[in-house]
Amino acid sequence: MPVELVKLPDVGEGVAEAEIVEWHVAVGETVREDQILAAVMTDKATVEIPSPRAGVVVELGGELGARLAVGSPLAGIRFGANGDVASEKDVDRPDGRALASDVPVDPQAGSPVQTEQPYDRRPNDGHPANAHRNGVAGVEVKLAPVRPIASPAIRARAREAGIDLRLVSGSGAAGRITHDDLAGYLQNRSNASAGPRIAQRNDAVEQIKVVGLRRRIAERMAETTRRVAHFSYVEEVDVTSLDELRKQLNTKFVEGRPKLTLLPFVVAALVHAVRDFPQVNATYDDDQEVVSRHGAVHAGIATQTPSGLMVPVLFHAEALDLWACAAEIKRLADAARQGTARREELNGSTITVTSLGDLGGIATTPVINRPELAIVGVNRMMIRPMWRDDQFVPRMMMNLSSSFDHRIIDGYEAAQFIRRMKELLEAPALLLVRN
Amino acid sequence: MQESAAEVVIIGGGPSGYVAAIRAGQLGLRTVLIEGGALGGTCLNVGCIPSKALIYAADAFHSASHSEMTPFGLSVKQVGFDFARTVAWKDSIVDRLTGGVASLLKKSGVSVISGTAEILDGKTVTVTTAGGTTCYRAKHLVLATGSVPQAIKTLPFGGNVISSAELLSLREIPARLVVVGAGYIGLELGIAFAKLGSDVTVVEADEQILPRWDAALTRPVVRRLEELKVSVITSAQAQGLTAGAESLLIEQRGYGLRELPADKFLVAVGREPRTKGFGLERLDLAMDGKFVKIDDRCETSMSNVWAIGDLTGEPMLAHRAMAQGAMVAEIMAGKRRSFDAVAIPAVCFTDPEVASVGYTPEQAEMDGHDVKVATFPFAANGRALTQMDDAGFVRIVARASDHLVLGAQAVGAGVSELTSSLALAIEMGAVLEDIAATIGAHPTRSEAIHEAAFGALGRGLHA
Repeated sequence: MPVELVKLPDVGEGVAEAEIVEWHVAVGETVREDQILAAVMTDKATVEIPSPRAGVVVELGGELGARLAVGSPLAGIRFGANGDVASEKDVDRPDGRALASDVPVDPQAGSPVQTEQPYDRRPNDGHPANAHRNGVAGVEVKLAPVRPIASPAIRARAREAGIDLRLVSGSGAAGRITHDDLAGYLQNRSNASAGPRIAQRNDAVEQIKVVGLRRRIAERMAETTRRVAHFSYVEEVDVTSLDELRKQLNTKFVEGRPKLTLLPFVVAALVHAVRDFPQVNATYDDDQEVVSRHGAVHAGIATQTPSGLMVPVLFHAEALDLWACAAEIKRLADAARQGTARREELNGSTITVTSLGDLGGIATTPVINRPELAIVGVNRMMIRPMWRDDQFVPRMMMNLSSSFDHRIIDGYEAAQFIRRMKELLEAPALLLVRN
Repeated sequence: MQESAAEVVIIGGGPSGYVAAIRAGQLGLRTVLIEGGALGGTCLNVGCIPSKALIYAADAFHSASHSEMTPFGLSVKQVGFDFARTVAWKDSIVDRLTGGVASLLKKSGVSVISGTAEILDGKTVTVTTAGGTTCYRAKHLVLATGSVPQAIKTLPFGGNVISSAELLSLREIPARLVVVGAGYIGLELGIAFAKLGSDVTVVEADEQILPRWDAALTRPVVRRLEELKVSVITSAQAQGLTAGAESLLIEQRGYGLRELPADKFLVAVGREPRTKGFGLERLDLAMDGKFVKIDDRCETSMSNVWAIGDLTGEPMLAHRAMAQGAMVAEIMAGKRRSFDAVAIPAVCFTDPEVASVGYTPEQAEMDGHDVKVATFPFAANGRALTQMDDAGFVRIVARASDHLVLGAQAVGAGVSELTSSLALAIEMGAVLEDIAATIGAHPTRSEAIHEAAFGALGRGLHA
């Protein structure tokens, strides 16, 4: 029967390559039409690639983490199993390229190859490696294609409980699942959410392949810390007035405007401060040894997403008022979390703001978003006793923890810049002045 | 036109439809069951039940009339037989069972409408009864229209060319009967009429009788057919009746044309789903060949339109239909169910009976299983010997690696009654050791099951 190569389809928007982040099938496995073969990740989204027809998987186009060019073979499938009448097509290898475990990305192959396979553009809403949901927290389980051995009563119990019996290991003869096995599985599952009840030695080692966004983050962080001479600078800011102003604005403009968080004020302060300190709103091409100072303030907004850290960009913050800024920050964060952020929304920032929200901490040492030269971190707000005149008074205090690239920015400049930020945030009326 | 609303409308009151209706009624769904003929469908009226009655009567008559001198001393001098009373007795059983179905439906609160249904759309059905036409609107529509005997182009039904339903309704035993088709229906009835005294000839297009079963299983049946002087002509095609309609013209491969004179010609070449005459085409459902395509919940390609029973394909068996019916009712009542039976037993009520559950050895190997197969003959079974019928055996098929029982077959007197324990073993995921360690009552034919398991484990006791 003919073996046909399912090629990596053009996943859109000029993407030339994609990374295999999950295999849903193994060699030898029988697949149905439209069964998902693999999940691949591009810069913007994770896409699941289905099998165009029923058949048996005979080859995989690469290991987990391999990067494939659009149009290169993703999997070899012998069609015709499961009664699907195979077309009399010969082996389809139009470009003579064979399947390799890791097909190198050929720049010539970057032009998208027209394929007829349907594919699904839905972004994966969780970490791609978790696409196989399972009962026991976070452990990826490959589902066997075989029918689990269990009595009708156990099958009915499992169905009622929404359990896929293929996930339950059977202790009986021939791997038969007993009532106790199912009960144990259900127990483990509820324990996993409630946390372990007794302390036990646990020698388990879970090996997790670093793929997809995590791998990108790892590469970028390592490269950044290798090249950039970081120093961090922490200053405390009295945000009592700012917090009052924020609350007043939110009370006054309940309808039609987004709720203001602290972040739009920090961005506004940045916009004001970098007018006097253009050297921090800059990017450094360290290969060419050129620093570009930017008129625009394109603020990167560090955002935690289910698959890892992303930094969508708030473009032209200098041209936005507080509410427009707030709305755009919210939109970008949602898009990043849902995996719907466009590629161009994830590149091009000139300075970055990072905030851990309520977690915040007292001080942090943020890593610069290279090739930028500065990152401003926002710590937790809390009421602290401050000495004023001759007594302690309760003030809403917050620390700014910022990092700078010492190759270009010296400590004195950084300190001046942060002092300006502090002045602006402590007298927030200044932020509303536009000149 | 009158209009009426219901939660469930079921078209067809056969084993799938009436079981779905009873269960739906029990679960509190307002259910309407539409049946154009008699409740109980093919199975109760013209299939399983009347044929078993006839087979029983034929067996009794045959055994009495062949007891001039038995080895155990019985001699019967004169045997009387009144076929009209056989028919009346058979009809009384059918009436009792269909009456029972009617009262169960009533007890479950199901409205049974006797009339012809016409589907207007996936939620609307009209029913024409003697009293006029009523339009039913329902949340769920269940199609349970069953199947009809398949006709042969060259030998259309009519006159002396009859289906199994008509053969079961004959008032006289035909002197000569030609049976076209040596499947289970043709052989069950052919053997019964041979025992009742008909001169029976069976014509089969395939090279062997019961083509779906393997040769080892069918060999005892072939032997019995010879003893009963039933002539079996295989590799032969029916060409049509001769002029005057007194003979069937057949063409046998290698032998050319032959004429088979007979009084009745039974066409039993299979059954096909009833898909016409009730507006099914308006739904434009996805089909699976001639059958309505369903998923593992018996849902068709249209949401809340369900199909159960013979309409949904092989195996066209009443017990599968009933299981589907009960399941669909529970799904409609909001429960989570799916049809996940591992094995559906199949029984051929020939003499001797043939039964199969799960994989045969060939099927298991074709599906890539490495198997252990063992048989135990009834010739080594005490009970079989004391019943003067030691033909046949029990065969068990297990996965070689872990001894999981994949299937079992049996041929012999009364083996139909062994199927439930074989099916239970498979559904429960039994291994050979489980069966070997289960004590069977002695002396029974069922001992052959664990003896076969002993054999497969290489520690046979009595063989």
